[in-house]
Amino acid sequence: MKFMLLQAYGGVKAEIEPMSKWTPEEIEAHIAYQRELNDELSERGELVDAQALTAPEMAKFVVHAGSGAPVVTDGPSPESKELLAGYRIVDVESPERAIEIAARGSAAPGPGGVPIEQEIEVREVMAAPRLKG
Amino acid sequence: MSRSPEIEGLLRDAAPRALGAVVRRFGDFADCEDAVQEALIEAAEQWPVRGTPESPVGWLTHVASRRMTDRIRSETARRRRETEAALGESPEPEPVHDRDDVLALIFMCCHPRLTPASAIALTLRAVGGLTTAEIASAFLVPEATMAQRISRAKQTVKASGASFAMPEGEERAGRLRSALHVLYLIFNEGYLSSAGPELARGELSAEAIRLARTVRLALPEDPEVAGLLALMLLTEARRPARADANGGLIPLAEQDRSLWQQNLIAEGVALIGGAWSSGSVGEYQLQAAIAAVHDQALRTEDTDWREILALYGLLERMTRNPMVTLNRAIAAAMVDGPEAGLELLEPLEESLAGHHRLHATRAHLLESGDEIEAAIGEYEVAANRATSLPEQRYLLTQAARLRESLKETS
Repeated sequence: MKFMLLQAYGGVKAEIEPMSKWTPEEIEAHIAYQRELNDELSERGELVDAQALTAPEMAKFVVHAGSGAPVVTDGPSPESKELLAGYRIVDVESPERAIEIAARGSAAPGPGGVPIEQEIEVREVMAAPRLKG
Repeated sequence: MSRSPEIEGLLRDAAPRALGAVVRRFGDFADCEDAVQEALIEAAEQWPVRGTPESPVGWLTHVASRRMTDRIRSETARRRRETEAALGESPEPEPVHDRDDVLALIFMCCHPRLTPASAIALTLRAVGGLTTAEIASAFLVPEATMAQRISRAKQTVKASGASFAMPEGEERAGRLRSALHVLYLIFNEGYLSSAGPELARGELSAEAIRLARTVRLALPEDPEVAGLLALMLLTEARRPARADANGGLIPLAEQDRSLWQQNLIAEGVALIGGAWSSGSVGEYQLQAAIAAVHDQALRTEDTDWREILALYGLLERMTRNPMVTLNRAIAAAMVDGPEAGLELLEPLEESLAGHHRLHATRAHLLESGDEIEAAIGEYEVAANRATSLPEQRYLLTQAARLRESLKETS
């Protein structure tokens, strides 16, 4: 079963500073942690995809506008905390394993090497209908 | 790599038999599997140019054995002594017992220590002769991920100390159960998903049928093997009728039965009839028997629901699976009315709490009992909990259809 593990810009404790204020070593440690987690998932045959998205400032919001040109608004919006920062898609044996991986992601280190405890949204990807019996 | 269908067929049939022969000779399953994969690639390049060898199994066995010999030669001096002992044996391993070899291979690939996903991948590659890329695309994961999954599976088999020798007695029965379960999962993966956007995955069902036939060749007397093959054929027979042009699910009762494949039904019915008379009834035989009752009804209203109800009763006692109880409830409703079905659902509140199938079944039974408002609510709950798009779409459509019908009558 496949799960998408989503992380938004929000979902961290208020006292955690944005990454732009971290030291280079702290940023390096955080990225290395995420990369090692991806390597481990890949080695276990569980990783489908993992991507980080460009910053909210780069976001565009697009709305269909009848026969005219679509309305395009630049980010960030006031709700940019809700914007997606990145995601992993994993193919695992059970929902429990997906939660375990999400917990590992949430433990990625931040300032002072302390886990940032970011909230990870775990969503099952729609698949084929399950077995009947 | 594009192979011609004829060569593809030859390779897929010969691969597990060659692998069986090579493992029998050299022992190391993981390395032998790699060697046969390399031989398959070589064959796909050479055969179209130089022609197909007289004995494809012999050719693959020879090339893979040469690879194994090269591999072993390049290892340490300590290992070299063992090699010479191995090389001292007959130059061409005789593929006499190759049906048993293939069965032993399937037992290895479906080892109980493996997770279902790993066993499926390993079986498709080592026994089915599919490439890693083909398996990856069937399961919609990157090739590198699938390669890792197969490689880990091989390590697990190695670490488990599983030998190529055929297990005996109780262990043999257990291993056969695991193997049949893996084939059943492969079939369902292909059958259930091919209504969606992933049409190519239907090939997995054909592959599962092919593998089940292989197991049956080795174990022609086993009634559960016959039962599983019959179940697959009787289910596969309905494939052309089970989805509309947009991939939407069509329930059994509404399918155009003239599209059902009568040749598969005839073969499945004959198989289950033969297995049934052997006297040892198992889960797959019961499921196949239920499928046979459905398949033999020319019109939905001709379905022998009493027979189906009795079969689900037996299956429920054998498996204690709440999903079976759901199906028994539907059969009970057909025989004794919706109230009887709804009553059977009550004890499932706990074991299937929040499962979309429980809500979908209740919705269906409420609708049969003309409790339309309640049915709409249950269809909506079921739709919100569905984990597949075709099912969700079906459930939403049911809810919408009932809402329309309420508007018309009011």
